[in-house]
Amino acid sequence: MAFGPFLLLALMEGLVTAAVLALAASGLSLVFGVMRVVNVAHGEFYMLGAVLAWVVTTMIPGPPALAFVAALLIAPLIVATLAALADGLILKRLAYDPEATIVATIGLLYMIQQAALSLYGPNANPVRAPFEWRIQLPWFGYSGYKLFVVLAALAVLLALWLFMTRTKAGLIMRATQVDRTTACAFGINVDRVYMSTFALGAGLAALAGVLVVPIQQAHYLMGGDPLLLSFIVVIIGGLGSLRGTLIAALVIGLSDGVISMFFTPTLAKILATLLVAMVLVFRPQGLFGAKA
Amino acid sequence: MAALIETRGLTLHFGGLKAVDGVDFALQSGEIHALIGPNGAGKTTFVSLLSGRRMAQSGTILLDGEDITRLPAHARVRKGIAYTFQITSIFPRLTVFDNVALAVQSQGARDLLDRTRAALARVGLEGLEAQEAQALSYGHQRLLELAMGLALNPRVLILDEPTQGLAASEIDSFIRLVESLVPETTVLLIEHNMEVVMDLATRITVLNFGQVLASGTPSEIRADPAVQEAYLGA
Amino acid sequence: MTGGGVKPWALHLALIAVLLTAQFWLSPYHATNLARIMVLAVFAMGYNLAFGYTGLLSLGHALLLAAGMYAAGLPAQLWGWGAGPAFIAGVAGGGLMAAALGLLALRTAGVSFMIVTLMFAQAGYLTLLYFAPVTGGDDGFAVAAASRRLLGFDLSTDTPRFLAALLIFAAGLLISLALIRSPFGRTMVAMRENEERSRMLGYNPFTVKLAALTISGLYSGAAGAAYALLFGYVGASFATIQYSILPMLYVLLGGAGTTLGPFLGALVMFTLIEVATGLTSAYLFFVGAALVALVLFAPKGILGTIRERWVRWLP
Repeated sequence: MAFGPFLLLALMEGLVTAAVLALAASGLSLVFGVMRVVNVAHGEFYMLGAVLAWVVTTMIPGPPALAFVAALLIAPLIVATLAALADGLILKRLAYDPEATIVATIGLLYMIQQAALSLYGPNANPVRAPFEWRIQLPWFGYSGYKLFVVLAALAVLLALWLFMTRTKAGLIMRATQVDRTTACAFGINVDRVYMSTFALGAGLAALAGVLVVPIQQAHYLMGGDPLLLSFIVVIIGGLGSLRGTLIAALVIGLSDGVISMFFTPTLAKILATLLVAMVLVFRPQGLFGAKA
Repeated sequence: MAALIETRGLTLHFGGLKAVDGVDFALQSGEIHALIGPNGAGKTTFVSLLSGRRMAQSGTILLDGEDITRLPAHARVRKGIAYTFQITSIFPRLTVFDNVALAVQSQGARDLLDRTRAALARVGLEGLEAQEAQALSYGHQRLLELAMGLALNPRVLILDEPTQGLAASEIDSFIRLVESLVPETTVLLIEHNMEVVMDLATRITVLNFGQVLASGTPSEIRADPAVQEAYLGA
Repeated sequence: MTGGGVKPWALHLALIAVLLTAQFWLSPYHATNLARIMVLAVFAMGYNLAFGYTGLLSLGHALLLAAGMYAAGLPAQLWGWGAGPAFIAGVAGGGLMAAALGLLALRTAGVSFMIVTLMFAQAGYLTLLYFAPVTGGDDGFAVAAASRRLLGFDLSTDTPRFLAALLIFAAGLLISLALIRSPFGRTMVAMRENEERSRMLGYNPFTVKLAALTISGLYSGAAGAAYALLFGYVGASFATIQYSILPMLYVLLGGAGTTLGPFLGALVMFTLIEVATGLTSAYLFFVGAALVALVLFAPKGILGTIRERWVRWLP
């Protein structure tokens, strides 16, 4: 393949990565922004989404599209419920102390991962895409489903943005983000806001997991990479800033697509990890955040 | 008398708020100098600049003629500027002894035990050494705060609202204590209690809206019409 | 900190004496496990000096453990160094890596510090994988028998291995006791309790924390080097996030900010995992559950609770 089409393919792959990443990272960013909680178990919610998508699609007979739509609705809902439980049973009792919650979510990570291994098994299982058409470009054919993933992610993010800016619930969330005490004083039920936020963040990760599973297969260890990448995106984009998160997801996703075509993945990951650490050390407000 | 601390055009703005706005100020060696002014006049911000808790945007700070404007706070403490906090800031879960010993040992002193006990005795906290600091009464915590400042053996001791929340009897002994510090230690005092100010201070500087409104002896300040209008009269 | 007189010293020496006799009444299998626990406890003691005493919650200590392990293991592997020089290289490797980590990571605090240390450790792990031809990657490599000899003793046999582990453990324990009862120990605790006040007492928080983290790195390096030389294996898996979490788990369980907590935590957790592994393969679930339970119900750990309720002089 000539260089031009090769780069185009890399960019398209990068766009798919960026879309999935934007979904997962916006969940992480939302939770950090509103609750000031760094959720280390976020990648496991993503994994649970994928694994549950497999469970749902294998249980529901009939055309793959129907089963997939069911998975798209059921899996995030289950994960969001689990997250709400974790919030009520654990995080709330820790009074959302930043350091204690990190330790607790590390514990959660181990428990979810081990539960998935014990119940789901060590194998990677594929899920059939809801439809099977390919777009034929002059140089190569491309999976139509991958483009659907990009569009679906865009739609969800648009909905999230409308929810945060145009609805009362979103307004309440943003008010709590700005000032918890004042929100409390205005009669906002902060506990409920936190629980919904944590559930929503986990649901977004699970949704990303469901969308990715026809491309990637479901595996109990698949949460590690998205966690790391989501961290990277959220940090580069500025902790808690949704817009920064989206821009950063695009940058990281596209460059990941391109870099992994030209470098070994390990070297790419080393560079990315070091870059993020350096950003946190020298520019803690993120590359796109306003200077504090 | 030479100025121990001198500031020229010291400025710190927070956005549109001019917290400290071009302050020229001199602290003479051996005096007890009170800093007064209405709430929000910039007193605490000004001493934060002196102690290095905040960095000035412009202007200079001289300690004994040496420019310390950009020196970090801990280095200024080592040069002899001690700051006691307005809101008591002690190590609540450490013993009274450890609290003061931390101040003593930061000076690299070898006779740690003796000097720690001496500082505690000076404020009248001897016998409470083994108590956890958080178990002390409020008044005792204020005294502990002061003992930590004294244990630093400072050239300049900055006291931020030291009598706030103290009972009348505690205030009297506090005044005697501060008087006993000069002239070895120079004292800069932020104080709302006018009786304490008039009793203790040899000089007074009045801040208002981040600027120096007046500076002089207590009687000069009392007679100053601008001060009366802005502050005392209110 | 101070106070309690000679009682703490007596307690620590008594523990060391009991451990010395343990090789006679434990089966070889359990004695080897105890040697492993003592080495891991040295790692946890190092973690405790940073987290328990200085308040630095690091998620990157696996990097320091691995630095010690590879700084000892690679010279042994590549140039045939003996156990003595290799151990010293390991201790130095852990200390240097900690100092380098601190120079960067200590510019941040709190949650950022946790993430930054996590990221650097992850980069270190990936680097070990990238240079797999030299490091052995996840498979690691066995340390040659010739490098596992010290003063004529073969460290791969039971008794010398146990005694070497005990020696390193005892040294680490007594040094940490002396350290936290020294003026510098008081300064470390001051940093944990109230950094701003410490600054206004003339301490530079950055240098104090850097020194504490470096000491923590020396301990971690010693543990990594000891592991390589006593158990004969070096591998990148020791640089994974798991090995950053383990010392935190030990310290939280035994009691953060207590000198004996790291050993107690390592002992209890190791035993629990042994038992759990016998019952189920899902031992990671117990690690996770233990973490959650600890932060929820016993944030002070075993010894922290005992100190608070009953034995005030416990260091």
